[in-house]
Amino acid sequence: MLDADFFRRWMVATAASVDREAERLTALDSPIGDADHGSNLQRGFTAVRASLEKEAPDTPGAVLTLAGRLLISTVGGASGPLYGTLLRRTGKALGDDSEVSAGQLAEALRAGVDGVMTLGGAAPGDKTMIDALVPAVDALGDGFATARAAAEEGAVATIPLQARKGRASYLGERSIGHQDPGATSSALLIAALAEAAGE
Amino acid sequence: MKMLINVPETVVADALRGIAAAHPDLTVDVENRVIVRRDAPVAGQVGLVSGGGSGHEPLHGGFVGHGMLSAACPGEVFTSPVPDQMARAAAAVDSGAGVLFVVKNYTGDVLNFDMAAELAEDEGIQVAKVLVNDDVAVTDSLYTAGRRGTGATLFVEKIAGAAAAEGQPLERVEAIGRQVNENSRSFGVALSACTTPAKGTPTFDLPSGELELGIGIHGEPGRERRAMMTSGEIADFALHAILEDMPPRNPVLVLVNGMGATPLLELYGFNAEVQRVLGERGVTVARTLVGNYVTSLDMAGASVTLCQVDEELLRLWDAPVKTPALRWGM
Repeated sequence: MLDADFFRRWMVATAASVDREAERLTALDSPIGDADHGSNLQRGFTAVRASLEKEAPDTPGAVLTLAGRLLISTVGGASGPLYGTLLRRTGKALGDDSEVSAGQLAEALRAGVDGVMTLGGAAPGDKTMIDALVPAVDALGDGFATARAAAEEGAVATIPLQARKGRASYLGERSIGHQDPGATSSALLIAALAEAAGE
Repeated sequence: MKMLINVPETVVADALRGIAAAHPDLTVDVENRVIVRRDAPVAGQVGLVSGGGSGHEPLHGGFVGHGMLSAACPGEVFTSPVPDQMARAAAAVDSGAGVLFVVKNYTGDVLNFDMAAELAEDEGIQVAKVLVNDDVAVTDSLYTAGRRGTGATLFVEKIAGAAAAEGQPLERVEAIGRQVNENSRSFGVALSACTTPAKGTPTFDLPSGELELGIGIHGEPGRERRAMMTSGEIADFALHAILEDMPPRNPVLVLVNGMGATPLLELYGFNAEVQRVLGERGVTVARTLVGNYVTSLDMAGASVTLCQVDEELLRLWDAPVKTPALRWGM
């Protein structure tokens, strides 16, 4: 079973990973976006980490809804509402239980990803964070490490795609050949989940 | 790249402190990043709130004041502000007559303003929204996020702001804003890329001797790259794209807008070519504005925006305005 501390470790591991990879995310965002994905997410997850260190909510759902709310109020851009909605929806779907199973998490995360798709209007293949998240959620039943691999594969698979959502879509065919920064940061989020689980 | 800054992290806050010092008619909340006209809320008037990433100055903070915006929310450089900012701005400017959000069509701006509208409505504030999407360089199709909002934002904010200043009701101010957007088209070119403070190097590589056609205002590359053209050739290209998309029936307002690093000498020369092309096409020009209004940091280049106006829109354009960056009639 997964408790609030597990979810806190997930968020802290994500913050550390975003710190490490911020420059790479920004570099990926440079040719097809506006070169701020790394610094924006870093600002958001730094706020999440600081808040969770000050007061840690005592249920898994509360940890994620708090993190989601902080991302919405600190990140800005499209990443703020999209990542914020992902975590808030997932947190809400987990409910008030003090411990949840891996199966419950998989189900809740699917609700979170559905929320992101509704908000952003993106579908798989549009070259967005969805291309890493959907395969990760599909693979979560087979374990955290499998989900991590699926997310990373999904992120790499965005390279040949043409962007249909967000700022990269304005480039049309010129967006082809670049890995999507949002799918890349989503893969980091799932990798941090595996890390929190010790896998 | 050398920049006149302290550190990248405080660029926006530092600029806000400078705006506060320069413009006593504005109340600047540096911590929460909201710029409000000092006399807000104005009784009986609809509040106009806009915002977007920083780096486009004077948009939007420079357009706060009598006859234009009631408040502006600057985000991080090229990053949409967060919903808390807009909700705070809406609360500061609502006199009970409601608030109009002027939103440029970028995914981040749209999502954050939508979330802010929910927060404001929870507080009992009536909110309407005008989405600006005037850029003809981006093909509008089922598979894109639609056209970008660029230079027409100035026309929407000025004309809807004038309607609000007259005390027109929210639905009317919203309708006028939409009418302005629907009758506006823009096209931009870049002669150089821009450099964000956080990254410190140009956001794309543009060799000397080449230009990008159809750029947006975020340093994103355009749709096409060509060998450098003359001012006259660029005016022909840009206006062809605009007029093909919107055959003019009425007189037009013209905005020849600098992207930040192109001198006025060049912008005025470019305007001469723009006026030549419009004359050749038989388009009547009602008013012309030349200058750096919707910029992209240190990008060199320019954009042209046309707005078709009827008598009512022209009257509202001519109405008095008093803001840091736009001022006439008072």
